[in-house]
Order: sequence, then structure tokens, then C-alpha cells
Amino acid sequence: MSTDSVQEYLEAIHAFNETGEPAKTTELAEKLAVSPPSVTEMLKRLAEDGLVEYEPYKGATLTGMGMAYAERIVRKHRLLERYLHDSLGLKREKVHDEACRLEHSLSDDVADAMCRALDQPATCPDDHNPIPPCSLEVKDCDDCVAARKKANDRPRLVTQLSNLRTGEEAVVAFVRAGNGAYKRLLDMGLTQGTRLRVVNVAPFKGPVEIAVRDTRLALGRGLASFVFVEISEGKAPRHGAPPGPHSGRRWRGHAQ
Amino acid sequence: MTSQHLTIALIGNANVGKSAIFNQLTGLHQHVSNWPGKTVEKAEGTLAFCGRVLDIVDLPGTYGLTAYSTDESISREYITSSAPDVLINVVDAAALERNLFLTLELLELQPHMVVALNQVDVAERKGLNIDSERLARILGVPVVPTVGTRNFGLQSLMDEVIRVSLGRYQRSSPIKYSSDLESRVRQLADTLEAVNLSFPKRWAALRLLEGDNGIEALVYKEKPEIEAVVQRLRSEIENVTGEDAGSALASELYTIAHRVSSDVTAHDVRKQTFGERVDRLALHSAIGYVMMVLVIVFMFYSVFFLGEHISSLLDQGFLQIKSAYYSSFPGDFAGFIWAGLIEGVVAGTTVAIPYIVPFIIALSILEDTGYLARIAFLMDSAMHKIGFHGKGFIPLMLGFGCNVPACLGCRIMETGRERLICAFATSLVPCTARSIVIMGMVAVYVGFGWAAVLYIIDFIIIFALSRLAFKVLPGEPTGLVMEMPRYRRPSLDKTMKKAWVNLKEFVYTAFPLIIVGNFSIQLSNVVGLLSIVQLAMSPVTVLWLGLPAVTGIVLIFGILRKEMTMILLASLMGTTNFALVMTPVQMFVFAFVVMIYIPCIATIAVLAKEFGLKRAAMISFVEVSLAIVLGGIVHYGLVLLGFS
Repeated sequence: MSTDSVQEYLEAIHAFNETGEPAKTTELAEKLAVSPPSVTEMLKRLAEDGLVEYEPYKGATLTGMGMAYAERIVRKHRLLERYLHDSLGLKREKVHDEACRLEHSLSDDVADAMCRALDQPATCPDDHNPIPPCSLEVKDCDDCVAARKKANDRPRLVTQLSNLRTGEEAVVAFVRAGNGAYKRLLDMGLTQGTRLRVVNVAPFKGPVEIAVRDTRLALGRGLASFVFVEISEGKAPRHGAPPGPHSGRRWRGHAQ
Repeated sequence: MTSQHLTIALIGNANVGKSAIFNQLTGLHQHVSNWPGKTVEKAEGTLAFCGRVLDIVDLPGTYGLTAYSTDESISREYITSSAPDVLINVVDAAALERNLFLTLELLELQPHMVVALNQVDVAERKGLNIDSERLARILGVPVVPTVGTRNFGLQSLMDEVIRVSLGRYQRSSPIKYSSDLESRVRQLADTLEAVNLSFPKRWAALRLLEGDNGIEALVYKEKPEIEAVVQRLRSEIENVTGEDAGSALASELYTIAHRVSSDVTAHDVRKQTFGERVDRLALHSAIGYVMMVLVIVFMFYSVFFLGEHISSLLDQGFLQIKSAYYSSFPGDFAGFIWAGLIEGVVAGTTVAIPYIVPFIIALSILEDTGYLARIAFLMDSAMHKIGFHGKGFIPLMLGFGCNVPACLGCRIMETGRERLICAFATSLVPCTARSIVIMGMVAVYVGFGWAAVLYIIDFIIIFALSRLAFKVLPGEPTGLVMEMPRYRRPSLDKTMKKAWVNLKEFVYTAFPLIIVGNFSIQLSNVVGLLSIVQLAMSPVTVLWLGLPAVTGIVLIFGILRKEMTMILLASLMGTTNFALVMTPVQMFVFAFVVMIYIPCIATIAVLAKEFGLKRAAMISFVEVSLAIVLGGIVHYGLVLLGFS
């Protein structure tokens, strides 16, 4: 598994990518309070591990795999914010820093329990960014505990198909959609265990084109986000990333 | 069974060359109508073969029998209720696995079936060699390699069809699922023995386990106790497989499809195909859009350049006939006959032939080459802002030329709801006729900037109303799911046939309405009803919109052809220099009202044909009210801002 530092990077890149832009080296350096050269160094490593696509001067964008890791931690972070704010009554401007400290020690079990207790919150309280969706194979919260147990027995890296970048391969883990769309996606061959490859991603959050079962399929971004795929951790991020200071950084979105 | 008449249905995924086979088989002996109550085309034709008459039906593109879309429910409905003598399942040899899914589903329905392994040439070029005999043995039905576009293998295909119709093939036992599923499917099928159904019990059992609403209603009405059995079996399947039953069954079927297809296919080394290299450019985030704009501009230019030429030629021709007519039949009554009866035909002809035919040809080429799918892909995210998916871009864009064919083009949308909203939005797009008024009046006499303002207002209206329509009309939004077809050469034959069929349809359905509409307006003119109408309209036209009173009549005639409003206004005002008789505000408001107020009669006719008279009337009503309300607001707004 990745270290806290890798997680911090992924989380920070995720925040930039969320606005639709690649994360630039200088911006990341400022946000994480480290020097630009060490950011560049780290981005190269992350790119080697297949977690980001990095182009010098343009910046870094998370791959589907990077996204899967980033969303795990972002989900915990935002659930924590919700919990601290809604259940414990902390002030909005406080919850972010608290969540930053707690997120790395929060287990998946507790995070999912929080999600259940809060009745699947959609956004975080401070800047109303969306909480990444639950990656368990569940239809509703009733299945949560059982699915969590199953996921603990066989951990897998799951993310939405819409997060994959051109050229990435994955296997369909499950489809979470309304009846009509669900059957449609199954009929088109996106059944569990189907291997697929992203051939093209249309710009401006457009559709994704995938190669599946010897054909090409274009899926609108909405439908693609219903398809959860498992990414093989062939190249797991390595340990011993350069030290990234964990406290004292400047983060986005302090609501003042 | 030795009947001389056989009914044969063609079924298969979209883009597998089904229509090519259909065209080869039936030639010109075909006709196209709509499926009852649906705006989906039903193509039927006949073929005389070996002393028999074969009625052939081309079913819409179908991926599965779960009745997700209109097309698919039509196909399913047809097979289960009409029971054709033989089913020809057309499969794409180059995408066997995905195509076999439907084949396996069809086998469950146990019809007499022949598989046409189509486009084997494309498969070979992709390095796929398929053992059709082996496939036939596995499936238990004849499999014939074909290339529909080149008439290859169709003779032996029909031989097999005849043989199957005579029952010389043993029906295969249905595909077996893995034992966990198989035992439960059988159990349910046995339970269903007591139920009276028109299709195989096993098939019904599968649909019930999947949670098919239609079959559920049918079965539970007769035997409500079965619901509990289905529930139990479903949860058992979920426990065993860890997936819900629908997903487990689909997975299983795909697993079988995968096994079968890899069993019969020999792969050569896979190389990057021509299409992949083209797509690298065609779908590129910058070059792709440039290419798209070029293609569209070129298409537009050629369609409307051609259209204008033919249109003016026709106009001249009619003008000559008209003057010949007037000189040989002088008098008011003869004049009325011409204006009342012939002008309608003229109006219809000068819109239909010059614009619709080139348009249909261009659209058909765009579709057949596979590029239409690329446009939809590129425009999907932009169109989502309005509520459509990518395919909706095409009719909207074409509306700038002429709304009539553009509204016909809304057929490419999947659901009735999207088709209707798309046609509604399209009818608001300023077509060339409206652009003539906007440009000829506002741009010339008020200023180009103001003309641009009109267009911008129109786009805002289209955007807002479409979004509103999506909110108001019930229904689930359908995302874009579309197969990216391979690039291919369009066939002239198919294109011309499509154009012909569409033209014929338009003439039959739209012409009567155009002629009747024209006649009633001319008649009211003669009996003096129009001046009464003008008077009755004057509170709206004069007081609320601030326009000269004659615009009342002008606007009524504009329903026939919108560019006529300007011509007529000029003749009633006695000058073509509108600046002398109208203020800039009046011109702006007039052009605005003309832009919005009602689709022209030909568009209304198309809307009526596609969606029924009631909906066409509703769209017209909404647009008239909108034009009046907003026109007045624009008028008073401009006056308040100090313009005069």
C-alpha cells in the first residue's frame, strides 16, 4: 500500500483535477509546502507507477488507478468532515484540518459505518464537493456490512469507468444503475468480469469509447460512471516515497 | 408444412448489415411503414424463391430481448406474438462474441432460425477466421457466411431458410447454463407448465428471473403464487453467484458467447486497423472538432447550395406555368383556383424536393460511413447541457437549413420523449427562410449587431425551453450508449432507396396538410375573413407588439412559408425599403416574432406525421404564445430603454 505521502500527493492532485485542470508542479509545491524539484521527482515516480499521467509544464492528471487510490482517501476525508460537522457539531471552518489529521488512520470499516450512519451523504460540508461514491458492490445500505466484509476478504481496487484514461485496461466489477440502464449495459456486454480497454476519452467530460468483446462502444459519461471497474494492481505504488511534510501545509478551501 | 407463403424476419444488432441483406433479397419489392403506434420504420418486402413467396420483415437493430428501447421491444413483440416461420439472425462476424449474445437469447425462444454470419470479409481483414460449420454444430442451427453488400452467400442462406421452414433441422436443445443456474431455471420452467403462455416456458422463466416487468405482469395475473417462487429462486441465485439474478444470467450468457466465439475463431496477429488510425484524428480533442466543423460546413454548403439551385429552378418553372395559366384563364375565379389549390403544391414541391432529397442523401452518407457516430461522440458533453445526448446535435444543426428534414432527422434519438423534445427544439432553430427575414430586414436596416442579438436570443430560448421540456415531460434520461461502427463505404443503392422512401412518405403525409392549409387561408382571404382577422388581431399586433396593422395578415400568410412574410409585407407596404415605413424597433420585433411564432406548415405537417396532430398543434400553440408574450416584452423593453 502507498505511504501517507503518496496519499497526500494523490489527494492534492485530485483536488486540482476536480476543477478539470491538470495539477501543475508549482501549484502542487505550494499546496504541499515542498520544493518544486521534489514535486517533479515525485510526479515522475507516480507516473512510473501508473498513478498519474505527467507531462512537464502541463502538469499531472490522475489515471484510473491513481483515481481509485485518491478517491479512497478523499472519501474518508469528506466523510469525516461530514461526521465532524453534522454529528459532532464542529464549525465548518474547523472540520477540514481535523479531517486531514484523522483520514490516514481511519479504517475502511469505520468509514463505511460513518457513511451508513450519515445516510450516504452526497457532498462535504465545507466546499460542497462531491463525496466519491461507495466502491462496494451494493444496491443500497442494507448490503453494506456484508459487502464490506467481502471486500476485506478480497481487497480490490475499484473505481468508476468514467475515471479511466485512454489506454487503461480494467475488468468490470459491477454495475450500479437504474433498471433500464442496468439491463442495457449488460446487454451491450458489460457483465461482471468483462475485460475492457479505454480507446478514447472525449474532451469536456464527453463520452468514453471502450473496446470490449471485439467491438467499440461509446458510453456517455453518466452511464460510464455507473460501471465500476476493478484495476489490477500489477504495479502497486512503491514504498519509500520522498518525505512530504504532513503538517503545516496549505490546503485548498478554507472557508473563511 | 408446405405452404407457399413464408414469413421471414431479419434480426440482429445495429450496424451488422441487416438492411443490406434485406435490400439484396427484396430489391425494389419493399415498402416502408411505421410499426403500429411507433415512429420506428418497419421495412417489409417480398421475394419469390423456389416457387414460394417469402414475406421478409426487417426488424429494428436489437442487442437483447430485455425490451429496453422502443426498437428492442418492437423486435421482441414481433417474434413472440407474430411468430415468423423462419428467423434470420444476422451476426457480425467481426464482433462475434457480442452478437452471439442475442443469438443465444433467440435460441431460448426456439424459433426456426438460420444464422447469417455477415461481413466475413471485414472479419478476415481484421485477421479473424471463423469456422462456420463448427459454429453451426454448436448452435444447432445452420450458419451461412455472407457478405450482404456484395450479394455473397445469400443464395445458400435462402436455401437454408427453406430447409429450416420444412423442419429438416432438428431443433437444438437450448443452451445449458452452469448447474447452479440451470437447475433453478428448470425448476421455474416446470412451475410455469400450468400457466398458459404463447412462448416457451423456459424463456419465460429466464425473463422472470431477470425481473422483466412485462412477463411478470402476464404470469402473476394468472398465477400470483409464482411470484414467491421467483423471489426465492432469485435470492438463491444471488447467494450462490454473489450477483443479482439478472446480472448472473447475463454474465452466464456472455460467458457462453465468449466460449463459443473463441472456440470457432482463429485469430491472426492483431494489427492496428485503418479505422483506428482515422479515429486517432477524428476523435482528437482539437483536430477532431476541426474535422467535424469542416465536414458539417461542407455538407451544409453542398445541401443548401444544391437545394437553392433546384428550388429556384422549380420556382422559375412554376412561375412560367403560372403566367401561362393566368394568360389563358383570366379572371378572379381562375386566379383563386391557382392560389388556393396549385400554390400549395408549389410550396410543398419547392421545399420538399430541393431540400429534403439532398439532405436525406447527405445524412444517409454520414450515417453509413460511420461518421455520424463520431459526431455524436464529440458533441455528447455539449448536448448534455441542454439535456440531449450527442446524437441530438445532428437534427438541431440541420435545422439551420430547413426544419422539415431536420424534424425527420429526430428519428435518430432512442426514446419517444427525446424525439419529441428534439423536434420541438429543432422547430425553433432559425432556418434559411427565417434567416432571410432576419438578415434582409434587421441586418440591412437596423444593423448587423441587432441581427446577431436575435440569433442569440433564439439560442437562449432553445436552451431554456429544451431544459424545461426535459423537466416537464416524464421519463428517465437515456445516456449515450452506442456502438462505434467501423468506417465503411456508403452504398449508392441503399442511399438512393432511403431518399426515395423518405420523399414518398413526405409527399403522402405532408402534402395534403399543406394544400388544405393553403386553401383555407386563400379562401378566407377571398371571402374577406382575413381583414376581420386582421382587425381581431390588432390588439395583439398593434397595441402589444407595436407593429403596423397589416402585419396581422402577413403573419398568417407566413405560416405557409416564412420568407413570404417579408415579400408580402413589402407588397402591402408598397415599398421594399422597410426603413421608410417601419421603425427599427418595429423591424426588430417583427423579425423576432417571425423567428419564433409558429413552425411553417410543412414543418407542422412533419411534426403531425411523426408525433400526431395533437402534439403538432401543441408545439405550434406553445410557439405562438411564446412569440406573442416575448415579442411584447421585447417591444416594451426596447421602448423603455429609449429606442424608438
